[in-house]
Amino acid sequence: MSNATDTAQKKKAPAGERVADWADGRLGIYTLAKANMRKIFPDHWSFMLGEVALYSFIIIILTGVYLTLFFTPSMGEIEYHGSYVPMQGIKMSEAYASTLDISFDVRGGLLMRQIHHWAALLFLAAMFVHMMRVFFTGAFRKPREINWLFGFLLFVLGMFTGFTGYSLPDDLLSGTGVRFMEGAILSVPIVGSYLSMFLFGGEFPGHDVIPRFFAVHVLLLPGIMLALLVAHLILVFYHKHTQFAGPGRNNRNVVGMPLLPVYMAKAGGFFFLVFGVIAVISAVFTINPIWVLGPYRPDQVSTNAQPDWYMGFSEGLIRAMPGWEINLWGHTLALGVFVPLIIFPLVLAAIAVYPFIESWVTGDKREHHIAQRPRNAPTRTGFGAAWISWYFVLLVGGGNDLWATHFHLSINAITWFVRIGFFVVPLVVFWCTRRICLGLQRRDREKVLHGRESGIIKRLPHGEFVEVHEPLTQDELHTLTAHEQYQPREIGPQTDDNGVERKVGRVEKLRARLSKGYYGEQAQIPKPSASEYEEITSGHGHH
Amino acid sequence: MKKLSARRRHPLAAFVVLLFALAVTGGLYTAFAPSGEAKADQESSQSLAIEEGKKLYDVGCSSCHGTGGQGTTDGPSLVGVGAAAVDFQVGTGRMPMQQQGAQAPSKPKIYEQSEIDQLASYVASLGSGPSMPTKEQYDPSGADVANGGELFRTNCAQCHNFTGQGGALTHGKTAPNLEGVEPKHIYEAMQTGPQNMPSFTDGALPEKDKKDIVAYVKEANGEKSESPGGFALGGFGPVSEGMFAWVFGMGVLVGVAVWVAARTAKAKKS
Repeated sequence: MSNATDTAQKKKAPAGERVADWADGRLGIYTLAKANMRKIFPDHWSFMLGEVALYSFIIIILTGVYLTLFFTPSMGEIEYHGSYVPMQGIKMSEAYASTLDISFDVRGGLLMRQIHHWAALLFLAAMFVHMMRVFFTGAFRKPREINWLFGFLLFVLGMFTGFTGYSLPDDLLSGTGVRFMEGAILSVPIVGSYLSMFLFGGEFPGHDVIPRFFAVHVLLLPGIMLALLVAHLILVFYHKHTQFAGPGRNNRNVVGMPLLPVYMAKAGGFFFLVFGVIAVISAVFTINPIWVLGPYRPDQVSTNAQPDWYMGFSEGLIRAMPGWEINLWGHTLALGVFVPLIIFPLVLAAIAVYPFIESWVTGDKREHHIAQRPRNAPTRTGFGAAWISWYFVLLVGGGNDLWATHFHLSINAITWFVRIGFFVVPLVVFWCTRRICLGLQRRDREKVLHGRESGIIKRLPHGEFVEVHEPLTQDELHTLTAHEQYQPREIGPQTDDNGVERKVGRVEKLRARLSKGYYGEQAQIPKPSASEYEEITSGHGHH
Repeated sequence: MKKLSARRRHPLAAFVVLLFALAVTGGLYTAFAPSGEAKADQESSQSLAIEEGKKLYDVGCSSCHGTGGQGTTDGPSLVGVGAAAVDFQVGTGRMPMQQQGAQAPSKPKIYEQSEIDQLASYVASLGSGPSMPTKEQYDPSGADVANGGELFRTNCAQCHNFTGQGGALTHGKTAPNLEGVEPKHIYEAMQTGPQNMPSFTDGALPEKDKKDIVAYVKEANGEKSESPGGFALGGFGPVSEGMFAWVFGMGVLVGVAVWVAARTAKAKKS
C-alpha cells in the first residue's frame, strides 16, 4: 500500500489533495480545519435540544422553498374550479386557491405543506425546550448573556415568522387571526388606526396584507433569523460548550468528543432522525387542513379559531381579560384588548432579562463554563418553573373552549380560573419548586455524608435493625459537591471607621434583600464540607 | 283414539300439548284482537295517534311540560313547537331529560319511531308548528355541497366549528358534534332551533339551502368524509395540533436525543 502511494505522490498528488490545496491557497481552510476539526463537545442528551431546533429550521427552509414555487401571494378574487369538489364555484383569493392547488394538484405538495407546518411547530417547541435547558442549568451566565439574547430573539422572530406564514393561505382560520391582530393594533391609543391603515394599505382586509406578509415571511424574517443563527453558532464555538460537573472537568477545560469524526457523524445522523420523525408525523397526521376551513371572509367566523401554539398565550391573554373600556372625550380606550397587548411582550421579556437580574444580584463577574444542576439554584429554578406555569395558564386560557368541551366544564369557570391563576399559580409553583429543590439538596447532602441506601437490612447483635449505607465513590462525591454556593450580600457596617454614617441607597438595600432571598438560610442547604465528611466517616457518629 | 291414549305418556306429550295450547291462544287473540284500526281511514288514525300520543305524553313528559303541554317551572310550554321539534328532541334521545342541567345532551333514544310519531301528533295538535320534513326535503343527494359549505361557515361555524365538530358555549352549554347525526334531525334542528340554537325559518334559510347545509355536514363530517392529509386529530385546529406537536413530536425527538447521546464512541482499549 505504502509503495503505491509513494509512487502516486511522486507522479502527482491525488485529485482530492490538489483540490484541497487549491482551496487552501484561497480560503485558508487548513488553518480553519486545524483549529476546529478537533473541537471538543461534551456529551449530554440535553445539549442536543438546540440541534433539534437547528435541523427543523433547515427542514422548514427546504420545504418552504418548494412551496414558494407554487404559491401565489395575491388577494385577487377568483372563482375556484380545481379538483377539490366541495369548494367548486366558491369565490376566493388567489392565495387560498393556490394553497388548494398545492394541496391537491401539485405532486408532493400536501406532504410538503404538512412537513413545513409540523416542522414549524416543532422548531418553536424545540427552541422553547432548548431555552429552558439553558435557563435551568445557568448556561446563560457570563460569558453567554449575549448568546442568550440571540437565542431569545430567534424565538420571538420564529413566533412572528410562524404567524405570518400561518396567515398566508388566507383561509378562514388564519384570516380570523389577522383580524385579531388588526383589533390589537387598533386598540393602541392615538396611533392605532394610522398603524392599521398603514399595515393593511387601507381598511381591513384590503388587498395588501397577503403580499406584504409573504415578503416578511419568506425574505425579511428568515433572513434576519439566518444571520442570528449563524452568530449564535459562532458564539457557541467561541465560548465553547458548557459541561456538567464531573471528575476531571473544570471551568477551564471541556471534556468530550471531537467534532470530527464523532460529532459530525452524530449530528449528521441526528439530522436525518429529526427529518424522519417530522416526515412520519407529516405523512400520518394532517395539519391545518385549509380545504375544510374555507376562504377568508370578514363576515364569517368559526369556533376553535386559535393561533398555533406559540401564539396561544396571546389568545389566552385576550380571552381572560375582562372587556373593559374607557370612554373619554368621544374616544374609546379598549382596555380589554390594549392591556393584553401590553402584557404580551412583558411575558416574554420576563424570561429574557432574567440573566441580567441574576448577575446583578450575585455581583459575580467571573466566567462560568460548568452547567449547574437546577436543584443547586433553587430560586432561579423556582422562577423558571413559575414562568412556565404562567405561560401554561395562558395557554389554558387560549384553549378554554376545548378544555370546556373535553372536560365537561363551564367555559366561564375556566376563564375565571385563568384570571385568578394568572396571579396565583406562578407564586404557588415558585414556592413548591423551591421547596422541592431544597429537598433534593438535602438528599444530596445526606448521600455525600452517609452514603447511598443499599436496601440491605442488617440486624445487630443487640437486636437493632439498621440499613446498610454504601459510601459513594470518589467521583460521585466530587460531582455532588463540585458546585459553589454564594453567600448573601451584606450591606456592610452602617458607619465607617470614624463613626461617620454611611448612606446606603435604596437600590443597594433591595439588592441585599434579593441576595438574602436567593442565598440566605431558607434558600439553600449548605453543601457538606470536607471536614464534616471527615468527621462522619472517621467512625464517630457513623450509623 | 287408541293411538292418542297410547302415546299420552310419551316424554314429548307435554310439549305437544303446550304447543297446541299456545297456538290456540294466539289464534284466538289474533282473531279477536282489535286490529281493525290499522285499516281505518286517515282521520280516525290521526285522532287515534293523538290519543295514543296523549297516553305516552302523560306518562313520559307531563311531569315537566304539564298535563296539557302548557309547561311548568321545570319545562317549557309545548304549544306550537310542532311535530318537527318533538321528532328531533325525542328522536335524538334528548327528551325525556335525565336531569335538569345546562343543556339536555343527546343519548340513546328510548321511544320507537312509531311512538315518537304518536307523541308528535299529540304535541302538534296543541298548536300549529313546523311539521316533520319529508325525505325529499332533507335527503343530501343531489344538493350543492359548495353552497352548503359557504352557508355553514356563515351561519353555523361560530358554534359548531368549521366542519361541525362542535364547540363550547357559555356556562357549560355546548354546540354538539354533528358527526353521525341523521340528515332529518339536522334539518329539524335548523327548523326548530332546539335548546340554545337559533331557529332558521324557511324565510331566513330557504328549504333548498337547508338541504345544501345537510349535504355539506355529511360531506365534511360524515361517516364517509375523507381526510386527505391523514388523521385529523379531532378537527379542532391549532390547539390539538400544538398539543400533538408537544406531546408526541417533542416527546419522540427528546427520546431520540437521549438515544443518540447514549451512543458514543468508545475509547480504544490499549
